Amino acid sequence: MAEIKLSDLRKSYGRTEVLHGIDLEVADGEFIVIVGPSGCGKSTLLRMVAGLETVTAGSIEIAGRAVNDVEPKDRDIAMVFQTYALYPHMSVFGNMAYGLKIAGLSKSEIDERVQKAARMLELSELLERKPRQLSGGQRQRVAMGRAIVRDPSAFLFDEPLSNLDAKLRVQMRLEIKQLQRSLGTTSLYVTHDQVEAMTLADRLVVMNAGVAEQIDTPISVYEHPASTFVAGFIGSPAMNFLNATVGSNGASLDLTEGGSIALEAAELAKNGGRDVVAGIRPEHVETASSEKAQLTLHVTAVETLGADTLAHGGVNGPGTGFTVRLAGTAKVQEGDAVPLAIAPGALHLFERDSGRRIADV
Amino acid sequence: MEKRVTFSHKALPYLLVAPQLVITFVFFLWPASQAIWQSLFLPDPFGLSSEFVGLENFRFLFGDRYYLESFTTTAIFSLAVTALSMSSALLLAVMADRVIRGATAYKTLLIWPYAVAPAIAGVMWLFMFNPSIGLIAYYLKFLGYNWNHVLNGGEAMFLVVVAASWKQISYNFLFFLAGLQAIPKSLIEAAAIDGAGRTYRFWTIIFPLLSPTTFFLLVVNIVYAFFETFGIIHTVTAGGPERSTTILVYKIYADGFVGQDLGSSAAQSVILMVVVAILTVVQFRFIERRVHY
Repeated sequence: MAEIKLSDLRKSYGRTEVLHGIDLEVADGEFIVIVGPSGCGKSTLLRMVAGLETVTAGSIEIAGRAVNDVEPKDRDIAMVFQTYALYPHMSVFGNMAYGLKIAGLSKSEIDERVQKAARMLELSELLERKPRQLSGGQRQRVAMGRAIVRDPSAFLFDEPLSNLDAKLRVQMRLEIKQLQRSLGTTSLYVTHDQVEAMTLADRLVVMNAGVAEQIDTPISVYEHPASTFVAGFIGSPAMNFLNATVGSNGASLDLTEGGSIALEAAELAKNGGRDVVAGIRPEHVETASSEKAQLTLHVTAVETLGADTLAHGGVNGPGTGFTVRLAGTAKVQEGDAVPLAIAPGALHLFERDSGRRIADV
Repeated sequence: MEKRVTFSHKALPYLLVAPQLVITFVFFLWPASQAIWQSLFLPDPFGLSSEFVGLENFRFLFGDRYYLESFTTTAIFSLAVTALSMSSALLLAVMADRVIRGATAYKTLLIWPYAVAPAIAGVMWLFMFNPSIGLIAYYLKFLGYNWNHVLNGGEAMFLVVVAASWKQISYNFLFFLAGLQAIPKSLIEAAAIDGAGRTYRFWTIIFPLLSPTTFFLLVVNIVYAFFETFGIIHTVTAGGPERSTTILVYKIYADGFVGQDLGSSAAQSVILMVVVAILTVVQFRFIERRVHY
């Protein structure tokens, strides 16, 4: 059990800086998910915490102890790898007992701990098997078991579910969550899958190009994305973006593509005339009567998913790039012009140049 | 489902394997059968006629002290060569695997000795250790050690072992390096996080995972020491002093082409064939079982 504290953590390969100063404080027992597209530096960040990559600048503290120059084995952490990294020549028991043997535990204690972890993960029947005789899901469990038996102060997960098929991934996701809750061990979890990120995390770290764009609870990230990147990355289908200029009195958004959206937000008055990007999630609009409509969707394609319907098209004129999610099997067709209203507080305004959030109205 | 190539013409498959069969026949089956045939004869001293003697050649060999000594010499020599060349190659491969800068140059240099012909390698080592003009022999004398492998059998054995191992290190190095690079890095990292230090990691993770490579090299190296070291022994010691470096294959040459006893030489070849066959079967049967694939 431990807190983890990262302060202005930086990593460079030669002259190329790949992590540009990450600050993060993880509370004891907290489940932190680091999410971002490939190449954003999330795995590097995790590997630095594990001690597998050197720290260029800044500091890492685990349980109040600076560990920048501490060997991985002395950091009291356990890691689950994407490829599981099971020792192929050892049995499941041997894999789980390896770290305990090194720690110098007695035979009976090793046996007891491995048996306990095996029961927890339903591996008791498989202890004598070699990794190659196991299915993907079972291997994943063994990798988890190897981390659990050592009772470390923190778990590090490096995309542990990405080698599993979709169904198994959903199941293992739940199991990891329950396991972490019952053990109460501080965890850092890296993934590129935003559904995994949303469901597992106590708090999310959304990373982009070596920068933590936003660190917050999943719901806050969803409801108040800090930048256009976060807004576009979290949520599926992705958020719609429209270039616009705030009307001089702040009562409307004049869309660059033509037309405008009527607003009733007084706070926008001080932003009059400002160039912005307006973000609207597909699920935050609904069909409205024409007098209440804030924008009109000219539908070019319809996807019926059963539970809901996705309509694609252009705003206030023919075009593409705008998606709305309508409940149930809504009766929309190609060529329709559908009047839409935006849910209150669901219109996100970002500064055009920096992409940073201005307001949610 | 069975995957089988079907040929429209009956002769075609035989035609396709013919080159392989011809090579096997000309370079293996024919000489081998010649050896078996000749081992049953005793030629006269001028090689003009020969007399059928049955298994007399074999009976004589197993009563011959020199021949039995040669077995011991071969065992010592091949074990020493295999152990020395494999352990040094593994050490070099582990170190080369860690090198990041200039790795290619380093690896290329390590492979060079393999390109040197055995006789040349032998002569080179001979020059260095020559008791009167050799550089290393000179420095040894400087340190108070009187090196003379021409008179001292133990030193002669040491020298041929070193020369034969030196030539084989490159080959072993290549395979060990490839084996090391095939081990996923995440396994080493997992072991590091599990608390294993460098040495412990090597013996519990890397070495067991290298075992297919090690086993393969073990077979290759023993066969190498048995047969391909002829050139080195011939140039460095010519089997001496007092037969101390006469391994089986060298004795076959010495008895047959120097001693002109072709019958005994052929009998020795047959015995050597059987020995190597047994050795290989034993290796595959017993050692392979402990190999983790």
